[in-house]
Amino acid sequence: MLLQAIAFYVFAAVCVASGAMVVVSRNPVYSVLFLILAFFNAAALFVLIGAEFIAMILVIVYVGAVAVLFLFVVMMLDINMAKLKEGFLDYLPIGAMIGAALLAEILFGLGVLGGTHQGTVSAFTKAGTQILTVDNTRAIGRVLYTQYFYVFQVAGVVLLVAMIGAIVLTLRRRPGVRRQRVSDQLYRPKEESITLVKVPTRGGV
Amino acid sequence: MVIGLEHYLTVAGVLFTLGILGIFLNRKNVIVILMCVELMLLAVNINLVAFSVYQGNVTGQVFAMLVLTVAAAEAAIGLAILVVYFRNRGTVEVEDINAMKG
Repeated sequence: MLLQAIAFYVFAAVCVASGAMVVVSRNPVYSVLFLILAFFNAAALFVLIGAEFIAMILVIVYVGAVAVLFLFVVMMLDINMAKLKEGFLDYLPIGAMIGAALLAEILFGLGVLGGTHQGTVSAFTKAGTQILTVDNTRAIGRVLYTQYFYVFQVAGVVLLVAMIGAIVLTLRRRPGVRRQRVSDQLYRPKEESITLVKVPTRGGV
Repeated sequence: MVIGLEHYLTVAGVLFTLGILGIFLNRKNVIVILMCVELMLLAVNINLVAFSVYQGNVTGQVFAMLVLTVAAAEAAIGLAILVVYFRNRGTVEVEDINAMKG
């Protein structure tokens, strides 16, 4: 139990620290890399709590797809980073104030910082239900493909729409590029491609 | 030293706050704002999974998967819009994005 607590605190600390580095780091490439680190540590937290399937999905989807997409875009766009960081310190006081207020509200609401709600979150924990009879993946599969089947299909539609939307948005036809269009070549009528010239004898063309 | 529900909720709350703070601090950089939105969605996922596990009900994990799906779709569309915008205007500064201002 102590080992689990130590692991939790290590993963949580690294997760929060890398989340902070995402916000404050000067170079967006570093931001993406810290985002990946935060996702990995969140996945480790999920493994620790016993949600292995979501942890693996998190690594595959976020680290494998979303973060690589971010990295790709950050490196592809030629952006002046120094200019984008200019107003960073201007917004720091109000941002820190709002952030501190929000964090205090969340923690008071949870009863972590004290207040009247102290210990009420623990009431949401059902004792003895943590040990499921089947493993996590099977338990998810049992409800995902029966009770939440339509929701699952809607998720697929969302991904399809996102894929088509991204392709349609970024597709471009460059006007100056010459390329072979076989169908155009085959459908050329005879009148366009052949001109018959009557050449007079000894006259030349 | 038992790790309870409130520990996970605290981590999620801190991450969510960091996401909002990042949106405030990086008001010029759309890419970092998108990353902060991803961070906030991660915090929501931690909340869902923590409640799901501590209540012994896998519904929360199913919903965490849905949040993941929407986050991936949002990142794809958002970055596509960003690439198109950069191609047309040559900049991604938030303050320049005002063509639809009334």
